[in-house]
Amino acid sequence: MSLLSGKAVRPSLKRGATAPKPKHGVKTPGFFIFMCMLPWTLGFLLFTAYPMIASFYQSFTRWDMVNPPRWIGLANYNRMFYEDELFWHAFKNTMWISATSIPIRIAFAMFSAWLLTKAGKTRNIYRTVYFLPSMVPVVASTLIFAWLFQPYFGIINMFLQKLHLSKKYDPIMWLDDPNLSKWALIILGLWGIGDTMIIFLAGLLDIDKSLYEAASLEGANAFQQFRYVTLPLMTPVIFFSAVTGVIGSFQYFTQAYIATGLTINGDYTRSMYFYATHIYETAFQQYDMGYAAALSWFLLFITLIATVIMLVTQKRWVHYPNGSMFK
Amino acid sequence: MTVSTYEMSEETTKQSKGALRNKRVRTFLYGIANHSGLFTLAMMFVFPFYLVIIVSLMNGDQALMRSLWPNPLTFENYPEVLSTVPFLQWTWNTFVIAALSVVGAVIANVPPAYALSHLHWKGRQTVFVFILGTMMLPGQVTMIPIYVTFAKFGWIPSNLPLIVPNFFAGAFSIFLLRQFFVSIPSELTDAGRVDGCSEWQLMMRIIVPLAKPAIYAIAIFTFIGQWNDFFGAKIYLSADPDLWTLGIGLTQFGNEHATNMNTTMAASVLFMLPLIVVFFFAQKVFVEGVTLTGVKG
Repeated sequence: MSLLSGKAVRPSLKRGATAPKPKHGVKTPGFFIFMCMLPWTLGFLLFTAYPMIASFYQSFTRWDMVNPPRWIGLANYNRMFYEDELFWHAFKNTMWISATSIPIRIAFAMFSAWLLTKAGKTRNIYRTVYFLPSMVPVVASTLIFAWLFQPYFGIINMFLQKLHLSKKYDPIMWLDDPNLSKWALIILGLWGIGDTMIIFLAGLLDIDKSLYEAASLEGANAFQQFRYVTLPLMTPVIFFSAVTGVIGSFQYFTQAYIATGLTINGDYTRSMYFYATHIYETAFQQYDMGYAAALSWFLLFITLIATVIMLVTQKRWVHYPNGSMFK
Repeated sequence: MTVSTYEMSEETTKQSKGALRNKRVRTFLYGIANHSGLFTLAMMFVFPFYLVIIVSLMNGDQALMRSLWPNPLTFENYPEVLSTVPFLQWTWNTFVIAALSVVGAVIANVPPAYALSHLHWKGRQTVFVFILGTMMLPGQVTMIPIYVTFAKFGWIPSNLPLIVPNFFAGAFSIFLLRQFFVSIPSELTDAGRVDGCSEWQLMMRIIVPLAKPAIYAIAIFTFIGQWNDFFGAKIYLSADPDLWTLGIGLTQFGNEHATNMNTTMAASVLFMLPLIVVFFFAQKVFVEGVTLTGVKG
């Protein structure tokens, strides 16, 4: 600042809107900009643009990777909507876990972050403890929770038995019970809430304390303060985690895949069979690449719809104090 | 308390004393409620860690008896994991992928982030929003053609499909770095330009040293992402057991030793230990990195 304020070296610098012309060296850094952006441009072309076009084309073909792709028009999509019951099953499971886990995760992240704001001097210790589980690799945390939920040897059922909520000879089956397996996965996900919670904590700490003082002078009780001060100011964070949550939940795979492998009955009702699992099975177990491409394009379509709906409706409920990246 | 106490009547003093005490009592009770809430939640987060560690120190029979304390205490599970499966090989494989990906991510993401923050050009904002938009794309859509391309290169099974893409910039890392770069005053680069630095020098000598925390953050995120990766390893290298990463190996191990929970838990401890260590060394960078991408528009 001090270099440039005071004496006007160049009038253009004072306005600060445009870059000054350099004295020597590269006159226009156009080539430099191009080179800077190259790692992204190439990556985009190779790993996003080309594959998207290719998979769109492949979605209209029958292709097993051995024989060349054969054009079959809309047959893959027809099969998806009218013949493939597993597709609908996986779709329903995904919608269910999306609609259930996202609000629960947001509420839990908000609650734990809110508790952290009340921790005072101990905040950093508690924050570390709350955050730590999100560092555990998914494979490890799934193995751990499959063990905690194990009907006969697991600790969770032991506690429930002590509380007389579960019976010794007829225990709660958790991952082996089609009605409970997804709840077990949600609980596993809540253990690793840390990274979402950190974002909520930063949001809560960003709220101006004087707003609470003003509200309390107006006679607002704790609940009203939460409802009329905290919640509106947290809507950008809630919105952000809802969007990333939806995108993430449509790709939910690893936990469900590993947990399925650890069930006693092999999850024969496919209660943990999600959309991404269906794509995986189709593409990499059956090598039915054309159909898998069609499935993946439908996934993209659904994700886009969900995102657009959220972006459009956000105007009604999201408050941006200083503008936003989505504005 | 602008009014001094001895100007008040005795009654009001009593009242205000009572109110003050009430307020203190209330704050105290709230404090107890908050801290018991905090503590209970902390216990719930810690308990699985506790259980993993103690079960990894039990013998096989005891691990099935739901005990909360190892008796007898045994450390045999750890050598057993290392001897029954090629655990060190898996660790090395995972480390190679993660470390090379970090190198790639740091090299590839700094220049685009610099161009999107401290260089002024037409369409910059549009490109930035476009890059953000690509973050919304589900990976599954591009997965199949990418897999097929790698298969044509003869790269399956190998670890190359997991490493090479990191040498191209990714939307998330660009976003994180760019958010940090913007917070560096443009006066610094402008002054450098006036003094005749080339853009390359500006980037390497002014921005990069100042942006170390953000660069550490993308390095750590990339490392953790690769250490955690299951899906990529599953499709690209599970066909060759010599290439297995910890994620693949451990899943296999868990399936085969479903009843030997003590050894499985010992393996899990070894698996997560590096990340926990990284976290404790880089906690600040980490928390700031998550925050930077999460809230700051």
